[in-house]
Amino acid sequence: MLRGLQQPFRLGVLTLVWGWLLVLVLVPNLLVIGASFMTRDPGSFLSLPLTLENYQRLLDPLYVEVFFHSLYMASVTTVLCLLIGYPFAWALTKVDKRYQLLLIFLLIVPFWTNSLVRTYALKLMLASNGLINSGLMSLGLIDQPLQMLYTEGAVIVGLVYLLLPFMILPLYSVFDDLRTDLLMASHDLGAGRLPTFVHVVVPLTLPGVLAGVMLVLLPAMGLFFVADILGGSRNLLVGNVIRNQFLDARNWPFGAAASILLTLAMALLLFAHRLSQRRIGEEGGS
Amino acid sequence: MTQKTLLSLRNLTKRFGDRTVLDGLDLDIRDGEFITLLGPSGCGKTTLLRLLAGFEQADAGTIELSGTEITLLSPEQRPLNTVFQNYALFPHMTVFDNVAYGLKMEKRPKQEIRQRVDDALAMVQLENFAGRKPHQLSGGQQQRVAIARAVIKRPRLLLLDEPLSALDYKLRRTMQVQLKRLQRELGITFVFVTHDQEEALSMSDRVVVLRDGRVQQLGTPREIYERPANLFTARFVGETNLFPGVLEKVGVEEITVDVQGYRRTMGLPSFTCEVGQQIHVMLRPEDIRVLAPDADHGFVGKVIERNYKGSTLDSLIQLENGAEILASEFFDEDDPAFDYRLGEPVRVGWVEGWEWLLPLEPADGLAPDGLPADA
Repeated sequence: MLRGLQQPFRLGVLTLVWGWLLVLVLVPNLLVIGASFMTRDPGSFLSLPLTLENYQRLLDPLYVEVFFHSLYMASVTTVLCLLIGYPFAWALTKVDKRYQLLLIFLLIVPFWTNSLVRTYALKLMLASNGLINSGLMSLGLIDQPLQMLYTEGAVIVGLVYLLLPFMILPLYSVFDDLRTDLLMASHDLGAGRLPTFVHVVVPLTLPGVLAGVMLVLLPAMGLFFVADILGGSRNLLVGNVIRNQFLDARNWPFGAAASILLTLAMALLLFAHRLSQRRIGEEGGS
Repeated sequence: MTQKTLLSLRNLTKRFGDRTVLDGLDLDIRDGEFITLLGPSGCGKTTLLRLLAGFEQADAGTIELSGTEITLLSPEQRPLNTVFQNYALFPHMTVFDNVAYGLKMEKRPKQEIRQRVDDALAMVQLENFAGRKPHQLSGGQQQRVAIARAVIKRPRLLLLDEPLSALDYKLRRTMQVQLKRLQRELGITFVFVTHDQEEALSMSDRVVVLRDGRVQQLGTPREIYERPANLFTARFVGETNLFPGVLEKVGVEEITVDVQGYRRTMGLPSFTCEVGQQIHVMLRPEDIRVLAPDADHGFVGKVIERNYKGSTLDSLIQLENGAEILASEFFDEDDPAFDYRLGEPVRVGWVEGWEWLLPLEPADGLAPDGLPADA
């Protein structure tokens, strides 16, 4: 009886999920892969013959430089998010359970405002006649406005601001699962705070770190509007290249190849994440 | 066993908010003994263990380990180790690395670590499991790894926090024997926490019965069982039958007690008493004798429940006044008729001299059971 009811439900849910993945994930990705091997056509965007030229063009020093500069900014962003997010997430799990949900809620509230709007808000703060500069000037700390907007630093600040919650949430989850008796056992066996941190806390929270890195590093390379609004012309992200190829240069195949590059980087990180999780295995005891 | 004191607790007090968990506790633990902290949940036994390990700090009082005060030391500075309730094995390390952890923290040479870990694993019969991860082991094996890890630094004192509670009955029995053997071989003092009175009685040299952060009784398992200090201990450790009695005569060596109309002469109780005082006459189920209905003494009652236990037959007998008495009798091979039908009339007596007397306590009238609900 119960089974009879369950069966169609199960089937329905599975169809929905697989259908969703097929139509909105697999097919578009296959299209992008396909496009990346095609030739540019001003009229219909894509045309034959198939070619590897687009990938070859990615090796052009101009793009290699954009890629590495973009990777550099995204890495700094990720490290900053980690440095802020790791202690934050740990502290969050130490807070009284009643307030934990409230704090997580507050962490998520900014998502309700469009990130484009929030980036513009940041621009108003960093501009030469913006909030920070006029504040500092009226306090008499500086005579000339500081050049903060349109710098590498501004892009990184914007990226950290937008992506920090994505670092904190997976870290919160691993810290929440971290059993205090393991820490006690470590102290009991003669390990002080630092050795306990190195030998127990870090390895056990590593999956959360990697999950956070995945959620920050790759989006950081793609958030082109942050570079557009805060970075000026010299601080491009891979996302800017892709956007420009699709919308301005009308070179879909090359844009597709650049996206594939990011996807491959993501796959590499996913693989590392899996490895780290397998290392820890299932939790012992209860 | 030496009688030297290893660990000495004085006026140990711990409060959580306005709840006093340990209330001015004094206790001396002897070198080399197996001592068990026994009590219902919330009695303070786990808190006491955490204070000893250093995971909690006492609000008042001192802890001395062989003459040195360790009250304020952090856990890593204390020369004692803990076996945790859920083993607390590091899930990302192999069995070998788990056991080696304490020695690695001491920065011992690699060769020595290997040798001592191998020895420790051999001691718990897990020498072939060194490369496994904890989640690849059974509960009993994890338990043994936890023990090997805790004794590898050869501590003077080992704290065990309900280490067997997660195991099934049969495995628990095996582990009890192994733990006892290990304790003898290593000569380490064991402080064992449990809420299982059977476990406490069978394993310990001495038992500390705790309730509401106070020591109710400290003694050998036999003292605790046969001569409980109060009603709480009597009821918490084993089954009890209580008969109300009134002192009729107090002599130099014996007293006469009126137990529900039956006059019995007994030895002097452990407390001071006077004529007319009401007391409890306590009898363990195995002290009770079920007699034929035509016997010349004993309370009249009828069998309302019988429970075959393999080696014993447990019968619940309802007396005429409504009180229920539990009797536990060994089978008599020579008596083929040894069995009772439900409802069968019997008389209930006890082996003279096996009774134990307890004074009436102020709370008796209020809480007839005297035990917390979760005991």
